[in-house]
Amino acid sequence: MSDTRAHSASYVRETMLPEAEPPVTQTGAIKWMRENLFSSITNAILTLLSVYVIYYVLSHTLGWMLFGIWDAGSLSECREIRDELYGEGASVACWAVLADRWDQLMFGFYPQDLYWRPVLALGIFFVAVAPILFENVSRKLFYVTAIAPFLCFWLIWGGSIWTPVAVALGFVIGWAVFRFGSEIVGALLATIGAILLPILYWLLLAGTVGQGLHAILPIGIEFVDSDSIGGFMLAIIIGVTSIILSFPLGIVLALGRQSDLFIINKSCVFFIEVIRSVPLIVWLFTASLLLNYFLPPGTNFDLLLRVIIMVTFFASAYMAEVIRGGLAALPRGQYEGADSLGLNYWQSMQLIVLPQALKISIPGIVNTFIGIFKDTTLVVFVGLSDPIGFSNLIRATTDWNGIYWELFIFIGACFFVCCFAMSKYSQFLERKLRTDHR
Amino acid sequence: MKKSVLLGTLTIAGLVAAAGSAQTLDEVQARGSLNCGVTTGLVGFAAPNASGEWEGFDVGVCRAVAAAVFGDPSAVNFVPTTGQTRFTALASGEIDMLARNTTWTFSRDVDLRFEFTGINYYDGQGFMVPRELGVSSAMELDGATVCIQTGTTTELNLADFFASNNMSYEPVPIETNAEAQQQYLAGACDVYTTDASGLAATRATFEDPSAHVVLPEIISKEPLGPLVRHGDHEWGDIVRWTLNALIAAEELGITSANVSELAAGTENPEINRLLGSEGELGGMLGLSSDWAVNVISVGGNYGELFEANIGEATPIGLARGLNAQWTDGGLLYSPPFR
Amino acid sequence: MTEPPAESFRLSQLIYDTRYRSLTIQVVAFILIMAGLVWLANNTVQNLQALGKDFNFGFLGSRAGYDINQRLVEYTNDSTHARAALVGILNTLLVAFVGCIIATVVGVIAGVLRLSNNWIVARLMAVYVEGFRNIPTLLWILIVFAIMTEATPQPRDFRGEDAEASMILFDTVAITNRGVYTPAPVWGDGALTLVAVFLASLVGIWAFRRYARKRQEQTGDILPVFWISLGLFFIPSIIFYFILGRPVTLEYPELTGFNFSGGTHLRSSFIALTLALALYTGAFIAENVRSGILAVSRGQTEAAFALGLRPNRTMNLVILPQALRVIIPPLISQYLNLTKNSSLAIAVGYMDVRSTLGGITINQTGRELEGMLLLGLFYLVTSLIISAVMNVYNASIKLKER
Repeated sequence: MSDTRAHSASYVRETMLPEAEPPVTQTGAIKWMRENLFSSITNAILTLLSVYVIYYVLSHTLGWMLFGIWDAGSLSECREIRDELYGEGASVACWAVLADRWDQLMFGFYPQDLYWRPVLALGIFFVAVAPILFENVSRKLFYVTAIAPFLCFWLIWGGSIWTPVAVALGFVIGWAVFRFGSEIVGALLATIGAILLPILYWLLLAGTVGQGLHAILPIGIEFVDSDSIGGFMLAIIIGVTSIILSFPLGIVLALGRQSDLFIINKSCVFFIEVIRSVPLIVWLFTASLLLNYFLPPGTNFDLLLRVIIMVTFFASAYMAEVIRGGLAALPRGQYEGADSLGLNYWQSMQLIVLPQALKISIPGIVNTFIGIFKDTTLVVFVGLSDPIGFSNLIRATTDWNGIYWELFIFIGACFFVCCFAMSKYSQFLERKLRTDHR
Repeated sequence: MKKSVLLGTLTIAGLVAAAGSAQTLDEVQARGSLNCGVTTGLVGFAAPNASGEWEGFDVGVCRAVAAAVFGDPSAVNFVPTTGQTRFTALASGEIDMLARNTTWTFSRDVDLRFEFTGINYYDGQGFMVPRELGVSSAMELDGATVCIQTGTTTELNLADFFASNNMSYEPVPIETNAEAQQQYLAGACDVYTTDASGLAATRATFEDPSAHVVLPEIISKEPLGPLVRHGDHEWGDIVRWTLNALIAAEELGITSANVSELAAGTENPEINRLLGSEGELGGMLGLSSDWAVNVISVGGNYGELFEANIGEATPIGLARGLNAQWTDGGLLYSPPFR
Repeated sequence: MTEPPAESFRLSQLIYDTRYRSLTIQVVAFILIMAGLVWLANNTVQNLQALGKDFNFGFLGSRAGYDINQRLVEYTNDSTHARAALVGILNTLLVAFVGCIIATVVGVIAGVLRLSNNWIVARLMAVYVEGFRNIPTLLWILIVFAIMTEATPQPRDFRGEDAEASMILFDTVAITNRGVYTPAPVWGDGALTLVAVFLASLVGIWAFRRYARKRQEQTGDILPVFWISLGLFFIPSIIFYFILGRPVTLEYPELTGFNFSGGTHLRSSFIALTLALALYTGAFIAENVRSGILAVSRGQTEAAFALGLRPNRTMNLVILPQALRVIIPPLISQYLNLTKNSSLAIAVGYMDVRSTLGGITINQTGRELEGMLLLGLFYLVTSLIISAVMNVYNASIKLKER
C-alpha cells in the first residue's frame, strides 16, 4: 500500500488515525454544563447560588409536603398520627384537611346531590368558548355559545326553566326588531328600537312572562340560593360572568373612546379612568356598602349579584383598553377601505373593523381574564366565601383551628394551574398572531 | 311591589329580595326562610361543619328564631358578614337579623339605628400571654406588642385601657382570628387580646394550651346579642322573646327532652303560658301558639345550647360565669312570660 | 355665482343630515347621562332620608379613638379622624414608593437573568416569574407575611446569656418577626452643614457627568465617570463629618422589656407588604423587560460590537435606550397596579388609608358614603399624578422622529 507513495515525504501520515472519542470536556453532560452553567466566573457563582437556593427551599419544604398526613378527621388527630409515625413534634403537613373539606373548597355549600349541575355548566362553558378560542373547531358550535349563558345560569341557580327563556326572549325581540324594523323604519330607528325595546321588556314584562309560562307548564329544577355558592365555584362564576358581561360593555367603551363625538368620548374616558384608578377592593366595598344607596328605595339584591356587577364594570374598563389596543393595531387602510366601499359607521365596524380588532385582542382578553380571576380572591373582604373565605371558615371549626399552610398551598396551587394554563394559551396565541401579520 | 315590576327579570331569577322597612315578619314568611347574618367563622359561635351545616352558639339563636317563625330550624340562610359589612347588610335589608357576637353599645343602638333585642352572651375583653413571659397582670404589659382583630370595639377599648393606665403599647391589627393566632404563636406579638370567650376558644386549640395564660383582667363590658333594624318593633319582639324563651326555659327546667311532654300541660301556669297550652302569647307575636315548643325542641334551652357549643364539655370549655341564670349568681334574667 | 337656494331647516335633518347628526347624538347622550346621574343622586337622597342619615364630613373632625402603629406624622388616639386618614395616606404612599423602587430593581434583574445563557439561572427566574404571575396577590401577601413571622426569631430569643438569636452587623441591626430594628441617626449641631455638603456633592456629580458627556461628544475622550462620581459621593461628606466633629451619631436598638427600643423600627407588616407587592409586580416588570430587550433587533447588538463597543457599553448606550421605549409604557401601569394593590394592606394589618379612613373610621362612625367617596378620590388623584409624571418621562425618552 505504501508502494505507490514510496517517495513521499516521511512526515506525511500514511494511515488514518483511529477515530477517538471527543475530549471529556467537549461532550455530553460536561460540555453542556461548561456551556450552560459555568461559562464564566460570574455564571459559576450564579449557578452555585441558584443550586443553594433550590436546595434550601426544597430541604425545608419537600419532606414536610411528602410525608404529609392524608387520613385524619381533625388537626388533633393529625398530630396524634404524626407523633406515632415520626415522633413527637416532627414537622409534617396535614393534608387531611383537604380531603375532609374538599367539597366545600370546591363547591361551597352547594347541595351535594346537585354537584353535577355546576360541573355540567362548566363543561358547557368549555364547549361554548371552544369556537372562539380555537379556529379548527366546527362553526356550528356557535349555537351552543349563544344559548350557553342561559343554560349555565339555569343549571347553577336552578328554578324554573322559563326564567332564562324569558330573559333570552329579550334578545330575540331585539334581534327581530333590528332585522325586520330596518326595512320598515330605517336602520337608525331600528337600532335604537333594538336596544330600547328589550330593556323595556326586561324591566316590565319579563317577570310576568316567566311566571306565566311557568304557571302554564311548570318545568324546573331545584332552586339553589346564592348563599350556597362558594369555594372555587364562586371564583369561577364571578370571573367568567364578569368577563362575558364586560365584553359588550368593553366594546362600547372602546368605540366611545375612539369616537370623535366630544361628549361621548369624554364620558367614556372618564368612566374608564375612574374605574381603573381605584383599586378593586374599594369597588367591592362600594358594592357591599354603597350600591344599595344608589338604587331605588326598597330594592335590594343579593351580594353575589352586586359583586358581579361591580367586577363587570371593573373588567369592562380593562377590556375597553385591550380592545382599543386592538383597534389601534389595525392598519389605517382597513378603515379607509371600509369608507371607500361606502359602508356607514356601524356597518364598517361590524363587518370590517371589529372582527379583525377582536381577533388580535384575544390574548389581551385572556390576560384580563387571568387578572380578574386572580382578583376574585378579594371578595373575601366583603364576606363572600371564596376559597380564601372558606379557609377562614374551616379554621373556625374546632376540628381544624390552627391549620394554616396546607390550605394556602392548596389554593395557590389551584390558582397556579388554572392561570398558568391560560397564560400559556395566550402566549401561544400571541405567537400565532404575530406570524400571521408578518 | 314596586321592585317586582321595576326589576322583573332579577326578581323572577330569585336574586332580588325586598328590603325590609316595616314588615320583616311578612317578608320572612313570604320568602320561607330567615336570612341570618353570622360571622365569617368564629370557633364555637358560628362555623360550618364538614357536611356544610352551620353550627355554633350564635347559629343556635338563628335556628331558634327560624323555629319560632316556621317551626323549622333549617329554614335559615346563613349569611357570613365581616366586621365591616355586618351593619350595612342589616341596614339594607340583606339580612333580617344579625347574630354575630356584636357588642351592644350606645352609638350602635342610637346612632347606627339598630335595635339590640337582648344579650345572649356576657363577654369582656381579656388578654392572653405565653406563660414563659411570667406576666400575671395586664398592668405589667407596658411596652408590649399586642395583636388585635380590627373592625371591632376591641381596638377602642385597648386604646382606652392603655391610655388610662399610662402605659404604652404597639398595636398589631390583624384581619382574621386565624392570622392573629398564627402571629401570636410565632411570637410576633406578646399579647393577644379579644373577647374572653374568643381567647378561651383560641387557647383550647393550641398544641399546648397550658403554655398560655389568660390574664385575670377584663378591661371592658362586651354584652353580645342579636340585633335587628330599628323601627320594626313586631320583628324585634319576635327575636327578643325567642331569646327570652330560651333563657326562661332553662330557668323553668324545660329541656329539649321534656318539652313535648310539658307542652301537654303542667301545674306551672308560666310553663303553660310559655308553651302555649294556656293563653295566646304566640298569637300576640303573630306566631303559632306552639312557637316556644319549636324553639326549645331545636337545640334545647339556653343552657343546653351553651353546653353543646361552648360549654365545659366542648374543647372550648367556657364556664357559665356571668352567663349563668340569675338564680345561680349569673346575669341571665328573662322577663316573665305573662 | 349664484347662491345655493336657502334651505329651510327640517326636523328630520337632525337625524339624516350628517352635519347635525353627531350633534343630535351627543345631545341625546348628554341628556341620558345626566338623567342617569340625577336618578342615582335622587335615589341616594331618598335612601339616606329613609335611614335618617345626612351627608356631611363633620365626622372627620371628631376624635378617632384608635391607635395606629406606624405613623409618619404625629398622631395619638386623641387625634381626629382626618389626621388618621392623613397617617393612612402617608403609609400608602410610603409602601407604593418603596415598593415601586424594589419592584423595578427586582424586575430588571429577573428580566435580564431570564435571558441569561446560564441554564439553571434562567429556569429559576422562569419559576419565579410564572409563580408570582399566576397566583393571586392576596395569597402572596399572606404567604410572605406568614413566612416572615415563622422564619425570623422573636425578640424574646435575643435575651439571656446563650440567646438563640443575635443581632447582625456588629450588633447594630436586629431582625425579628416584629420587624427590623436598625440604628437611627441622631442629628446634632452642624448636621445641617453636613447635609448641605452632601447635597452640594450631589450637584457636583451631576455637573461632572454633564461635563464628561459633553467632552466625550466633542473630543471622544472617555473619563472614568463611575469612579469619580463614587469619590464625589463619599469623600467630601466624610471629610466634613470629621471636620464638624461628628455631628451625626447613631442610636442603636436595644432590647428592653418586651421589645427592642431605640433606633428605627421597620414593622414586619410594612416589610411583608412591600416585599410581597414588589416581588409580585417585579415578576410582571421582568416580563416587560425581557420582551423589551427581545424587541431590540439582534443587528443592533452586532452593529455595536462591530463598532468596537464593549458589552456593558453596548447594553447602556445601544440596547437599553431602545428597549426603554418598549418597557416604559407597561411599567407605568405596573406602578399603578402596585399602588392600587397596596390597598390589600388589610390582610397583614398594615395601617394604610383603606384600613384607617376606609376601615376603622367608617366602621366606628357609620359614614360609609362619605368615607368611600374620599377614599376613591384619593386613589383617583394618586393614580392620575403617577400616570402624569410617568407620561412626561415617557415623552422625554420617546423616539424623536424628525
